[in-house]
Amino acid sequence: MIPSDVAPSMAPAAARDALILNDCSIQVATVNGSGSQTANLVLIRSIFQMGVPVSGKNLFPSNIAGLPTWYTIRANARGFIGRKKEIDVLVAMNPETARDDVLALPPGAVTLCDESLGVHDLRDDLVTYVVPFDALVASIAPDARLRRLVRNMVYDGVLSTLLGIERDEMRRALERQLGRKPRALELNLRALDAGAEFAQASLVKRDPYGIRRMDATAGKILIEGNAAAALGCLMAGVTVVAWYPITPSSSLCETLIDYLETYRRDASTGKATYAVVQAEDEIAALGMVIGAGWAGARAMTSTSGPGISLMAEFTGLGYYAEVPAVIFDVQRVGPSTGLPTRTAQGDIASAAGLSHGDARHPLLLPHSVEECYAFAIRAFDLAERLQTPVFVLSDLDLGMNTWMADPFPYPEVPQDRGKVLTRDDLARLDGWGRYKDVDGDGIARRTRPLDGLPPTFTRGSGHNEMGGYSEKPDDYVRNVDRLSRKFETARGLVPAPEVDTVEGAALGIIAFGTSHWGVAESRDQLARERGIATSYLRLRAYPFADAVEAFIAAHARVYVVEQNRDGQLFGLMRAELDPALTARLRSVRHYNGLPLDARTVTDVILSHEEPR
Amino acid sequence: MGTPSSTPGGKTNRLGLAIQTYRGSKTTLCAGCGHNAISERIVDAFFEMGVEPAQVAKFSGIGCSSKSPAYFLAGSHGFNAVHGRMPSIATGALLANRRLLGIGVSGDGDTGAIGIGQFVHLMRRNVPLIYIIEDNGCYGLTKGQLSPTADLGSVLKNGVVSDLPPLDTCTLAIELGASFVARSFSGDKKQLLAILKAAISHRGTCLIDVLSPCVTFNDHEGSTRSYAYVKDHDEPVGDVSFVPFFDDITVEYDAGTTAEVRMHDGSRLLLHKLAADYEPTDRAQSLALLRDYATRGEFATGILYIDPAAPSFVDLLGLVDDPLADLPQARTRPGREVLETIMASLR
Ligand SMILES: Cc1ncc(C[n+]2csc(CCOP(=O)(O)OP(=O)(O)O)c2C)c(N)n1
Ligand code: SF4
Ligand SMILES: [Mg+2]
Repeated sequence: MIPSDVAPSMAPAAARDALILNDCSIQVATVNGSGSQTANLVLIRSIFQMGVPVSGKNLFPSNIAGLPTWYTIRANARGFIGRKKEIDVLVAMNPETARDDVLALPPGAVTLCDESLGVHDLRDDLVTYVVPFDALVASIAPDARLRRLVRNMVYDGVLSTLLGIERDEMRRALERQLGRKPRALELNLRALDAGAEFAQASLVKRDPYGIRRMDATAGKILIEGNAAAALGCLMAGVTVVAWYPITPSSSLCETLIDYLETYRRDASTGKATYAVVQAEDEIAALGMVIGAGWAGARAMTSTSGPGISLMAEFTGLGYYAEVPAVIFDVQRVGPSTGLPTRTAQGDIASAAGLSHGDARHPLLLPHSVEECYAFAIRAFDLAERLQTPVFVLSDLDLGMNTWMADPFPYPEVPQDRGKVLTRDDLARLDGWGRYKDVDGDGIARRTRPLDGLPPTFTRGSGHNEMGGYSEKPDDYVRNVDRLSRKFETARGLVPAPEVDTVEGAALGIIAFGTSHWGVAESRDQLARERGIATSYLRLRAYPFADAVEAFIAAHARVYVVEQNRDGQLFGLMRAELDPALTARLRSVRHYNGLPLDARTVTDVILSHEEPR
Repeated sequence: MGTPSSTPGGKTNRLGLAIQTYRGSKTTLCAGCGHNAISERIVDAFFEMGVEPAQVAKFSGIGCSSKSPAYFLAGSHGFNAVHGRMPSIATGALLANRRLLGIGVSGDGDTGAIGIGQFVHLMRRNVPLIYIIEDNGCYGLTKGQLSPTADLGSVLKNGVVSDLPPLDTCTLAIELGASFVARSFSGDKKQLLAILKAAISHRGTCLIDVLSPCVTFNDHEGSTRSYAYVKDHDEPVGDVSFVPFFDDITVEYDAGTTAEVRMHDGSRLLLHKLAADYEPTDRAQSLALLRDYATRGEFATGILYIDPAAPSFVDLLGLVDDPLADLPQARTRPGREVLETIMASLR
């Protein structure tokens, strides 16, 4: 067992008496490809192991090596683990950005830097700790090539001493990371100790931040959203996967492939109970998914914005031909070069109506890794129940970053394969129309193209209720009106919003996905700093549940918070909800590629509520 | 029961089915369109091979050619996809249900232009699919524009001259890894039928480029896809005889001039040399032959390349024998212990 108190030898006395406990943001500025990932994961894991809620975000360039990268850690006893706008502790490791990084800090922030960077005396309103990284590394790694790799572990050591992060937990985290590489492990452990011991011997604590053991993470797991979604696909029983690599979604299918190879071999023959194809592009990926869905498989693809654009025609075909498909969109910033490795919620409008002609698609909007997992499972059930493409919209922040979560529950609900007629069903029925709305919910019955079942001929827009070819105006209208009815059915089947109504609050906030993390903390800021109470509706899916209008009706003003420039969700609401209600909506938009932070939300809301 | 036999009710095949069972709905293509003749041969081939219609899945893109799956095998499943994307739909469906016998129909525009990417990758994967290109050197459905297979110098009805070199789908298919590559002419009933029957016996991609004149937009003097021109320049490289596995017939042939190929299902393919350097199991030789004929302005027809043993995409992926689409939850949702193990590893 690890002792629950910080051993005095491990931290200067001041760390134990820190003024601000378990509430700080740490930003590490490095160069990508420099091996900082190990050090950063050790940092976040050790804080997690000490029971303190924490998140880690990689802000990285679209590049393999050599460009600036920042890793932001947020520890917060109350669970506010969204990105914090203000950086409390900067670890300046990148000579190229050090000057800008230091100049951007708020007064009172902490800097950890090597003297050689020449930034230690840039400002006198910071707490600066000068660390002789090169000298420390030289003493433990004579080989110059290795020095570069362990340099980062030195700052972990220094932070361990300064902030009181237990060094044993760091060691444990490091062993977990490098357990299979004993030589690398040993070297890194030495670097960790060198940093910690240097700080003990030579630094006097002058900052207020500290990490102290608490009990908020017991039993929890750490996972990225993409891995969580992959697990959801595995447990959903996916059988056909077709994908095309793109950041930030690649790790979803890559993780899924690992899981499938390990857990989805047939017990007796060792053969695969799944097929994975790395397609030639996203058009082909979705084509394969739709072909497989048509043939009765549980099929999925994952992509990001550029792929979504390419998938437009096939998505429309899936909608009109009524074929199940699950599409994960791990959203990122706009086209081509520039910010493809930055986060955004910019695809909600295009995904909702993706296609030419009239089309509407269910969108599931996870805000957490738990929901990435749960919604993945749900998406397959919904796609098969509704016989239509279903999107799961996460984003780079959720998909590629490390989040805490409760362990995922085993899916207790059996797979819902939807209204699929078997040979026996067909024998019992007299007559069957592929596109006939027998149940009044807009969902017709389908067969799968299997041996012995009557033939069907699947096409896009031109068919009658019996599935025969038709260009008749009445047939077309009847069909698309039924599709609208089906979308109404979807409204009641998709995940309902989560509503927190506060008695007497005049203000409401609506948000979805990762905007939740900034909003949750902003509500706290508004309440504590300004005495403004807010209610909150977290949207978990499109089409909008009836609860959305009820929520707006119950508040004088409602702020719609999202991470795109155009207020896409705001626009969808104004187009679809009662205009008398949508007049109460105000749009809060964040779109600089960084995950939404609470202060930004608070500032915008205050600019409306307390105009100067 | 062997080859189709006559009964009081008319000719039936080894399943006891009449040829009508294999027909489709009435064609809406122009009278005389080459595509119609191809549909008829497909009907004949599936009838004569005694294929269970409900085991067949038909795929197509968009074009006059891509409409034709409605005009054959009414008892089979069909999916009319979007322009140029038939290969991906077919790939997904055939992976989901490996028992389906897939036949895809595309056009020279559908394949050679918008769909060239998917064509290329389907060939590389050797997806078990009979892939027919109904090649008329133009876009029929959009009223006669040039397609990428139009020969250099060929003139469209509106006077437009093709001034770019053509793309040869057979050459591409051989280079890319298709394991059965043939070219035929919609007007050559016997050859096309034999090729189609052999294709039904093959497991892997069968690319069949069928020269199929468009009577409305590309059947005039100056066009290299007119009936008259194709008939004049059709030069079979080999004679195709196909002996299905269920026909216990001994065929005498001269091993010096005829190659026998054993098909996946036990059928036999007898390829009688017409061109001296016809070596259909030798990829380099086939490519050379194609280049040679093209240089002379002739269409080399027949089975141009065949490798009956090449692993198909389904083999390559090591799929279970049952269709993936049919697997019950018990075989696709891992047990609790799996999730617990994974959770423990993330703590
Ligand atoms: C994305 C898209 N672009 C364009 C079209 C219009 N279009 C329909 S068929 C066709 C060409 C068909 O030519 P081909 O494949 O050679 O078939 P043919 O009609 O000659 O048999 C085109 C361009 C379309 N349906 N979809
Ligand atoms: S336009 Fe040409 S290709 Fe189309 S149906 Fe008529 S003849 Fe055939
Ligand atoms: Mg054509």
